[in-house]
Amino acid sequence: MSSHVGFKNKWLPIALISPQLLITLVFFIWPAGQAIIQSTQLEDAFGLSTEFVGLENFISLFNDSNYLSSFFTTLQFSLTVAILALVSALMLSAFAEHITRGSTFYRTFLIWPYAVAPVVAGALWLFLFDPTIGVIGELLALVGVDWNPVLNGNHAMWMVVITSTWKQISYNFLFFLAALQSVPKALHEAAAIDGSGPIKRFLTISFPLISPTSFFLLVVNFVYAFFDTFAVIHAMTQGGPSNSTSTLVYKVYNDGFIGLNLGSSAAQSVILMALVALLTVVQFKYVEKKVAY
Amino acid sequence: MYMKKITGAVVAATLMSTAAHATTEIEWWHAMGGTLGEKVNEIAADFNASQSDYEIKPVYKGTYAETMTSAIAAFRAKQQPAIVQVFEVGTATMMGAKKAIYPVHQLMADTKENFNPNRYLSAVTGYYTSNEGKMLSMPFNSSTPVLYYNKDMFANAGIKSAPKTWKEMGEVSQKLLDAGAHCGFTTTWQSWTQIENFGARNNIAMADNNNGFGGLNTHFTFNKPAFVNHIRTMSDWSKSGIYKYGGRQSTGMPLFYTQQCAITMGSSAGLAGIKANMKDINVGVAQLPYDDSLVKKPQNTIIGGASLWVLRGHSSAQYKGVAKFFSYLSSAAVQADWHQFTGYLPITQDAYQLTKKQGFYQQNPGTDVAVKQMTSVTPTVSSKGIRFGNFLQTRDIINEQLEGVWAGKISAQDALDNAVKQGNEELRRFQRTQK
Repeated sequence: MSSHVGFKNKWLPIALISPQLLITLVFFIWPAGQAIIQSTQLEDAFGLSTEFVGLENFISLFNDSNYLSSFFTTLQFSLTVAILALVSALMLSAFAEHITRGSTFYRTFLIWPYAVAPVVAGALWLFLFDPTIGVIGELLALVGVDWNPVLNGNHAMWMVVITSTWKQISYNFLFFLAALQSVPKALHEAAAIDGSGPIKRFLTISFPLISPTSFFLLVVNFVYAFFDTFAVIHAMTQGGPSNSTSTLVYKVYNDGFIGLNLGSSAAQSVILMALVALLTVVQFKYVEKKVAY
Repeated sequence: MYMKKITGAVVAATLMSTAAHATTEIEWWHAMGGTLGEKVNEIAADFNASQSDYEIKPVYKGTYAETMTSAIAAFRAKQQPAIVQVFEVGTATMMGAKKAIYPVHQLMADTKENFNPNRYLSAVTGYYTSNEGKMLSMPFNSSTPVLYYNKDMFANAGIKSAPKTWKEMGEVSQKLLDAGAHCGFTTTWQSWTQIENFGARNNIAMADNNNGFGGLNTHFTFNKPAFVNHIRTMSDWSKSGIYKYGGRQSTGMPLFYTQQCAITMGSSAGLAGIKANMKDINVGVAQLPYDDSLVKKPQNTIIGGASLWVLRGHSSAQYKGVAKFFSYLSSAAVQADWHQFTGYLPITQDAYQLTKKQGFYQQNPGTDVAVKQMTSVTPTVSSKGIRFGNFLQTRDIINEQLEGVWAGKISAQDALDNAVKQGNEELRRFQRTQK
């Protein structure tokens, strides 16, 4: 039996995928194309005068120490958020799987943060972390920490990391829980009979078997930390203090919409696009090999 | 069944009759939030009620930066409003967009509206006029930085009056710290208060070319010793607790509201917020301190706040409405009321005289500090204002560098050198895009 699906009518497959192609064209190809064109131009804020400058925007970016340090900031931020979110969600789902009493209660509340809009989450945690009037700020002062995210770059970074992680844990938790539940109980029972403790069982049975989910979540978390955390940073620190929370995507916004330097902003988004494409290729080529399906 | 048809017909007729009388709608994008926004809505409603041809629709667009960028984005999408409130640092960018803006002097002339530029305070209009002396935007809310101090905390520390010089600031703050205050002073809008107005108050230019008024080939000079010494002193004070940084723009105000810091420097229009947040506390207003090693008598300070720009692309009927609205806004009664409620300067002589006549300054001590600070001396070339392209971005650069200084990561000299270098790049970029 042939596993290759064939269409008899030549135009039917084209007709079926054309809506999706149209959406990709309008919402991705067209803006990306415009970004590439704008990145080669120097124009005033109102768009009244444009000058073609070739690769000058790109060259001045690589000579800009602020841009190069935002690479490092983004890496630092993304790795921390991804690792924290994945590890916490994995631990929580492993515990939640074993709970029988009140399991619906725990699962519901662990999923709620995902429904909170990023800006709202940012405003909420900003208030909690405020050094003058925030609850967590006061607790930290009691413990002796000179909590000052307005001046201390590390404090500001921790603030946005915790907020972004809090939001993402729910999403990871849902997936991990489903994945853990799909591991056949028979394997666990067999291992338990052989004398394996719960942690060892988790590490040798569950963890390898949920690797497709883990890999998927790793990609999703990285993309999340790269792009979807813009709202949190904008609501909480606006890239400060002293550019310590200025990630690549925030710099695109700041240079373009606040600084009105559209050419540089477009160049940055072109670079970001290429970077994410590269990362995705690398992840699929190398990490996928280790995933057992 | 018959009743339903009658009811339907009556409702339809009522709806259609209200739609038939069309007032010309004029959109006004502004950045006045909170109590200021309510006042703006009140002014617009009063104007709308006073006549039936035009309707002003005020739309709050967020911060000054957000309002300006929204208007520019709207212009690129051909959806711009007729009036937009742009803060003073956006002046150069707006002036440069000759095809986008409708200069106010031309608007008033074209619509044959009565307009006398001499009625306005020269310290205010100087900022918004072209080199040929023609007014480009309509001044609306002009503030100037002043010193606010907590009289109760001062009395507690045995201090009789507000500090006049920066040396006194240090001494007074130390006394306050000794009496138990958490910090001596904080500040808001640090580029505006500690660099731009430090230069103006002490009669030192922060750039060549008459602080940018002379043309586009300007270079910053605020890394000169006078500025460096000031920032270095503040950096030392930041370590000793005399000065505490509260954040960009006006996020430092809670430090003053909660009485952690006894002194703050900020917009004269911050008085409304202070009154609302510090109801039972005695707050005084004083002039901004000066450096007595640089000048014997301090100069005036530079205005902040914003002005109203008119954008092209609308009908002549709408522009007639805009002109009428501008005349209404500049009337003595409206300006006097706006000034008294907000703490923004009265932009016309008439409004200032009316406020004096009403006895407002006697009943509310401290409210004339800003006006006196602006009008008691003739502005010099270094104190009449600044005009830099892309200055919004440069202010952020200054913010970033100063934050590094307060955190102890970089020296004052290096920070100001970096800011000057990057600021000059912004000026050159602006110069290139102005054809």
